[in-house]
Amino acid sequence: MSAPVPLTHITRARNGRPAKRRAQFTVNGEPVDVLFAPHKTLLEVLREDLNLTGTKHGCELGECGACAVLVDGEPVLACLVLGLDAEGRDVTTVEGMADGPALHPIQEAFAQYGAAQCGYCTPSFMLTAQVLLEKNPSPSRDEIREALSSSICRCTGYVKIYEAVELAAARMRGEEADILEEAIYGR
Amino acid sequence: MGVSNGTPKDNGANGHGQTTEPVGRHPRGEGERSDSAVVGKPFVKVDSRSKVLGTMKFADDLTLPRMLHAKLLRSTEAHARIVSIDTTRAEALEGVYAVLTGRSMPITYGILPVSQDEHALCVDRVRYIGDPVAAVAAVDEETAEAACRAIDVVYERLTAIDSVKTALETPEPRIHDYGEEGNIHKRVDLEFGNVDEALASSHHVREDLFFYEGNTHLPLEQHASLAEWHPDGKVTLWSSTQTPHYVHRALAKVLELPPSRVRVVAIPNGGGFGGKSDIFNHEIVVAKLAMVTGRPVKICLTREEVFYCHRGRHPVLMRFRTGVDERGRILGMHSQTYIDGGAYGSYGVASTFYTGALQTVTYHVDRYKFDSVRCFTNKPPCGPKRGHGTPQPRFGLEVQIDKIAADLGLDPIEVRKQNLVEPHSMTANWLRVGSMGLGPCIDKVVEGSDWYSKFRKLPYGRGVGLACGSYLSGAGLPIYWNDMPHSGVQIKLDRSGGVAVFCGATDIGQGSDSVLAFIVADVLGIDPVDIRVVCGDTDLTPVDLGSYSSRVTLMMGNAAIEAAERARAPLAEAVSKKLSIPRSRLVFGGNRVFDAENPETGVTFAEAVQFAETSIGTIGSTGSYKPPRAPGRYKGAGVGPSPAYSYSAAVAEVDVDPETGLVAVERIWIAHDIGRSINPTLVMGQVEGSVYMGLGEALMEAMEYRGNRGVVHKFPSMLEYKSPTTMEMCDVVTYLIEDPDPNGPYGAKEVGQGPLLPIMPAVANAVFDAVGVRVDEVPISAEKVLKAILAKAEGKDGRYGPAKTPAVEWHEPHRVPPPWEGGDGRAIDDPKHMPVPLADPSGHRYKHDMSGD
Repeated sequence: MSAPVPLTHITRARNGRPAKRRAQFTVNGEPVDVLFAPHKTLLEVLREDLNLTGTKHGCELGECGACAVLVDGEPVLACLVLGLDAEGRDVTTVEGMADGPALHPIQEAFAQYGAAQCGYCTPSFMLTAQVLLEKNPSPSRDEIREALSSSICRCTGYVKIYEAVELAAARMRGEEADILEEAIYGR
Repeated sequence: MGVSNGTPKDNGANGHGQTTEPVGRHPRGEGERSDSAVVGKPFVKVDSRSKVLGTMKFADDLTLPRMLHAKLLRSTEAHARIVSIDTTRAEALEGVYAVLTGRSMPITYGILPVSQDEHALCVDRVRYIGDPVAAVAAVDEETAEAACRAIDVVYERLTAIDSVKTALETPEPRIHDYGEEGNIHKRVDLEFGNVDEALASSHHVREDLFFYEGNTHLPLEQHASLAEWHPDGKVTLWSSTQTPHYVHRALAKVLELPPSRVRVVAIPNGGGFGGKSDIFNHEIVVAKLAMVTGRPVKICLTREEVFYCHRGRHPVLMRFRTGVDERGRILGMHSQTYIDGGAYGSYGVASTFYTGALQTVTYHVDRYKFDSVRCFTNKPPCGPKRGHGTPQPRFGLEVQIDKIAADLGLDPIEVRKQNLVEPHSMTANWLRVGSMGLGPCIDKVVEGSDWYSKFRKLPYGRGVGLACGSYLSGAGLPIYWNDMPHSGVQIKLDRSGGVAVFCGATDIGQGSDSVLAFIVADVLGIDPVDIRVVCGDTDLTPVDLGSYSSRVTLMMGNAAIEAAERARAPLAEAVSKKLSIPRSRLVFGGNRVFDAENPETGVTFAEAVQFAETSIGTIGSTGSYKPPRAPGRYKGAGVGPSPAYSYSAAVAEVDVDPETGLVAVERIWIAHDIGRSINPTLVMGQVEGSVYMGLGEALMEAMEYRGNRGVVHKFPSMLEYKSPTTMEMCDVVTYLIEDPDPNGPYGAKEVGQGPLLPIMPAVANAVFDAVGVRVDEVPISAEKVLKAILAKAEGKDGRYGPAKTPAVEWHEPHRVPPPWEGGDGRAIDDPKHMPVPLADPSGHRYKHDMSGD
């Protein structure tokens, strides 16, 4: 009698490729247990194996920043991390930002300011901003600029993104804040 | 003041004016409507919340059961004959379902009827590095990639052409066997009044050369498409396209299917900027692969492939010869453009005309001549990018005006204001200008930037520059000339009070779905949330020509007003009967239909629909829009006309390091004449985004080639194709000028493209103010600035820029008298030309009468 086949080897290799491997980690607070080819990036595992397509890709080479997710609370580019490296980690994607039916204040502010034009880079900016605001509840415009410099947005010129982050920061500090007239109507 | 008509009155704190008389197409009919409840208010975009939740599906987010993945094999040669393609090894791979070559799709296509020069896969010739030659559908992307590597292609190399100059010097081999002679794709020669005479009688004539390097859209989303074949003979394509209508036409043509059996669904684009306006090889290929395999097939291009698809800004070399009087008023202008088109036609014929069309809509040009030549080269094809053909000449024109002002010791602001085109007038090339708010735009940025305390007064290394621009609110003619509507809107009213609106327009992030909902909500007096928008689906929605030429708000908006007014009519009729109130007293507002004189008497909107359904049955309506006929009748008059022109002015403040030549743009003040904001949040976003994209073009973005005779892309990656991050983006101060246009919905004009135009010349003019050198090229890179500074220090001309233009045998121009010299808008060599005076000369005030002031 042979020993029981380890779970990580139950799928056969095809075309001489390595067999699927198993990883267990949490995504947006929920445990996941997933099998995938070992060379798959976290980006691919999230989008293709977990059907969490809110995480986007613009280059898959670590250049555009669109695929940023949080791993153990820090922003990382999901296209540069292997899915297997997520083992035992805590991954947060844009799908995990809202609190049940309620938008996260950053999401609400992005919506109100039209900071999501095409919306493709938006998840990466919001998640990065979330980390910034956790560490620095009252960032200056320059601190926001610096923190968000890892992602490219081709639509907004970043202005509405800064304004949305500032609005969300004020609300998260418990202040009653609303969109600025001059940001909406011009001067 | 250059503008007297429609100038907005100040309306409180935000300077966001309203006119007393409504201008533009406004809802009319039942009762007196109070102020718009939705239009002009900062309602949240209809898709904002799905975008921030990450639930919005883009094309690559779509999957279907049994879906295969496609990959394209692209040419490694810039110009070659395909001797043979052997797909045997690829077909033998496990997991490969189909391999296609060009022979399977021999029918050509292209976005313009005059440039049907593309094959879905090259048949016997490749024309640039990246031209697709074969395609594979396989079980996954890796297998498809492996199969592509197993395809053996034998090429026979041909002379590759890398520039306009080489193209003109190398008539053989021809890249295409159509167009003008040799490798000239298109040549234009037009003259509106005798320009030589005007220049001869000018007080001062300046001739300048400029070069504008090509650059690309760089949308964050890589192009993606998914196709499905139905056994009943129908194919569906979901694609990140700005122009589903034209993709629909091309698919039917190439696949030889009745158009009624082809469905194209435009998925919201993750950024377009013109880069998803063509019909792309991969869109046709996945449809064919789905037909061949009987399974859904998806493709998502790599970023490298997106660079090869390109269709971006044409590199343009320009010559401007402009004559002015002693006050700097333009008497004559001769504009020449030399255009590097890349390997295919794309929108190139239109682009060629656009490099000459809009010089006349900002400043009055009394006599105007325009020559242009577009050449084929063995590089990724150029096409329409934000501003389509107009940012290049706008750069040259706005820099030259500053040079003219400096020559004459005049204030560049005053020179511009002297020359402003009159509102509601005609230009030398027969474009009809409507509202024209450029004067107030200039005033706003001059005041806001504190211009007069800075210009020529800041310390060495710091400077300010101003420039202006103007853009179309939609092309006046469709790509396929016909008399059908350019935009159609259909509305379905439900007894629940819900409203579904259908339109072929495509949301590329600019917010067109929202504009549609806002306008319909405004006319029907309901909340935009109660409107469901269905867009960009050739099976379900009436045709809208696409999200290009800044046409959607104006054209779809007018169609939406018409459809909504028609939907309102049966409701008003039914409510009027039910409540015995005259129709003229009924008001639609606050989700109700009520008596204007007795507002508490009324019914809910849902009840109004129910009454109408009871009386006449199911309620639906349609609306459509077709632009007014343009007055020009000469060959080429089809490019340039628009129902309305937007105007922008910008001031840039820069800090130039004279040691390195590095230019930091600190702040840009921009004013944009939007006509009227349908939604101010969206307008602001478009202005800021345009400033950003213009800044990238001004300072760093460039499609450059190297090696292998200048046809190998230098850096098809986002890391090396530099674009502004948050760290390079400047502060932006925006002013919205509302000068409503009679042709706009509620008076609205475009905003998606126009605000980009003044940025590049404003930066160039600011660099001159800062360090006294001229970079007559875009991008204005540190290297160029430094070279000019060093040249100046050595006592040479403090300028970096082109010194000569290649030899072109220009044709005798088609001579078209400008409106104020009589004629009927036809060229004098046109047999139908009637040399009669303009029927209504009041359309133009002959501003530059040499005998006058």
